[in-house]
Amino acid sequence: MSVQVMLEATGVEVAFPVGTSLGARLRHQQHMLHAVDGVDLAVRKGEALALVGESGSGKSTLARAIVGIQRTSHGQIELDGKVLPARRPSADRRRIQMVFQDPYSSLNPRLTVGGILRELLRVHHVVPRHEVDSHARELLRMVGLGEDAAGALPRQFSGGQRQRVAIARAIALRPELLVADEPVSALDVSVQATILNLLQELRAELGLTLLFISHNLAVVRHLCDRVAVMYMGRIIEVAPTEELFRDPRHPYTAGLLAAIPRMTTRDEGEAPAVRGDPPSPLRLPTGCRFRSRCPLAQPVCAEQDPALVTSRADPEHSAACHFAWTAETASAPEPV
Amino acid sequence: MSGPAQLEVSDLRVQITAQHGVVRPIDGVSLEIGAGEAVGLVGESGSGKSLTLKSILGLLPPEAKVTSGRVVFNGTDLTQLSRSRLNKVRGAKIAMIFQEPMSALNPVMRVGNQIAEGPRIHLGMSRAQSVRRAVDLMRRVGIPDPERRFRAFPHEFSGGMRQRVMIAMALSCDPELILCDEPTTALDVTIQDQILRLLAELCRESGTSLMFVTHDLPVVAQVCHQVAVMYAGRIVERGTVAEVFSRPLHPYTLGLLRSAPDVDRPGQSLVPIPGSPPSLASPPPGCRFHPRCKFAEEDCKATEPPLRLVDVSRVTACLHYERCLDEIGADT
Repeated sequence: MSVQVMLEATGVEVAFPVGTSLGARLRHQQHMLHAVDGVDLAVRKGEALALVGESGSGKSTLARAIVGIQRTSHGQIELDGKVLPARRPSADRRRIQMVFQDPYSSLNPRLTVGGILRELLRVHHVVPRHEVDSHARELLRMVGLGEDAAGALPRQFSGGQRQRVAIARAIALRPELLVADEPVSALDVSVQATILNLLQELRAELGLTLLFISHNLAVVRHLCDRVAVMYMGRIIEVAPTEELFRDPRHPYTAGLLAAIPRMTTRDEGEAPAVRGDPPSPLRLPTGCRFRSRCPLAQPVCAEQDPALVTSRADPEHSAACHFAWTAETASAPEPV
Repeated sequence: MSGPAQLEVSDLRVQITAQHGVVRPIDGVSLEIGAGEAVGLVGESGSGKSLTLKSILGLLPPEAKVTSGRVVFNGTDLTQLSRSRLNKVRGAKIAMIFQEPMSALNPVMRVGNQIAEGPRIHLGMSRAQSVRRAVDLMRRVGIPDPERRFRAFPHEFSGGMRQRVMIAMALSCDPELILCDEPTTALDVTIQDQILRLLAELCRESGTSLMFVTHDLPVVAQVCHQVAVMYAGRIVERGTVAEVFSRPLHPYTLGLLRSAPDVDRPGQSLVPIPGSPPSLASPPPGCRFHPRCKFAEEDCKATEPPLRLVDVSRVTACLHYERCLDEIGADT
């Protein structure tokens, strides 16, 4: 696969005001919650990149910022080397489409499935007017729904079928990048498989680039080429999927992997993989954000916020931990 | 199985009368738990696993009724008990942990008092004794600074901490059996890991039996020795976790295992189960899985296959279970 960056996020920040009482606002004491706090991320053409992390890590907010439905407070997002403006022209919006987690609330309940697709095709002039109807049916066929699905309302479908409709809607505009935010989390296991297989087929068929947001690492390992791990608004490790599973360099990634329930019974009395709760995003620890739960934490972790550093041996692998590459740099210690 | 059954559910049937007719979400479920055992009950949404759990303690919604079957706990049929007699079992002998701790906890009562309430009512403790016990329990389940956190309200706790409170409440009267309804589904994976380890450890220490309902097969492997698989209101297979997950004897179990990606088997192709679960208002005749089953024969449509013992501690409701084994054999 050629390494051609398609979408590049640089220094992206998204902050939400909290404590919105009038008094607080008048006294300028409004706190900002930094859901995404300085993220650099490159999505390569044709790849499936996973964005993983726990709730509150900022993965969905980052995804929404990339799609353009969430204003960023800082940073920029480039698509094919062109910076996307805050108000995106519709031609740019078309190129990045999204599938949401909940197929029950993300489809218009008053429109038939065919109506949802036809509206989209007409507004964006995807195909000539007289072909709109046949193209909508073609899309439904592509996602594995019968053509007669066009006349039905979303509520007549099961969760898995609705997610197929949501995918049909997303690919209707022939996007280059498909952002899927936990698309299978609300589905039963046997239905999950059909959606994951569909995403894989569509990738092959349409050459889609996929940004896949998930907390389920088994699904990620199955579907994605590379993984970016988020913790408290930051990306703390990026690596090719198998490399990440084989040799995680950030202690949080290692803990996350160890915490995955396995199909085999485990040893009794073993300590949990990661201790404690995540910190409040309003009161982050100084220095490294993970240090309050980190088994390796040292004094330096409280003083310095580790940057995302790329391995010298492997340019594909980066981690934001002071000790991620200590073995590599032992001969020539970096100024930490 | 260790010792005689502590809880024995036999041929349980539950019926819900809805506007459009009668639905039977549980249709002949039998299972047993020995003292100190941990049994997982797995299945997809609508299989009746949660309802089975709730009917054990008589917690069914008003429109649902147990129409037949027995739930025998230490020799007493719980379905025949009066409300007040049942209340002496609930919480004291059999405790329950729910999926969403925020909606299961009282939002306007301090968490410590919620934990202390059980021992006061069921064990006849004084106020001071029960408070001491609650603080001890909070420490045991890993809530930091329990003396101070005693006075906190549920909304001041994170999801994982709330689930720890639920566990402390469940343990508060030294129950013999704890029923868990998807206790970690709403939690993050690192917190889920903490809670599962805590539950398994506490039950092992105190010899409490566990019945654990979940849709997540790997979660069962972390906590349970035995597992029962439910499909459309019936149990289709039972056995030890290691056996059932490595040599499933029912095509539905095989389908579940094949459709979920296993983190330790990258590159494995996912095979979804074709079709969708049947309507419980008019389930198919014979084996309920036959319309989706690739091994189905004529006899599957005609006869309702009973659960039968086919191997040492292996129970299946499939007439042609050998084909599952052939299929696994062909794969490896």
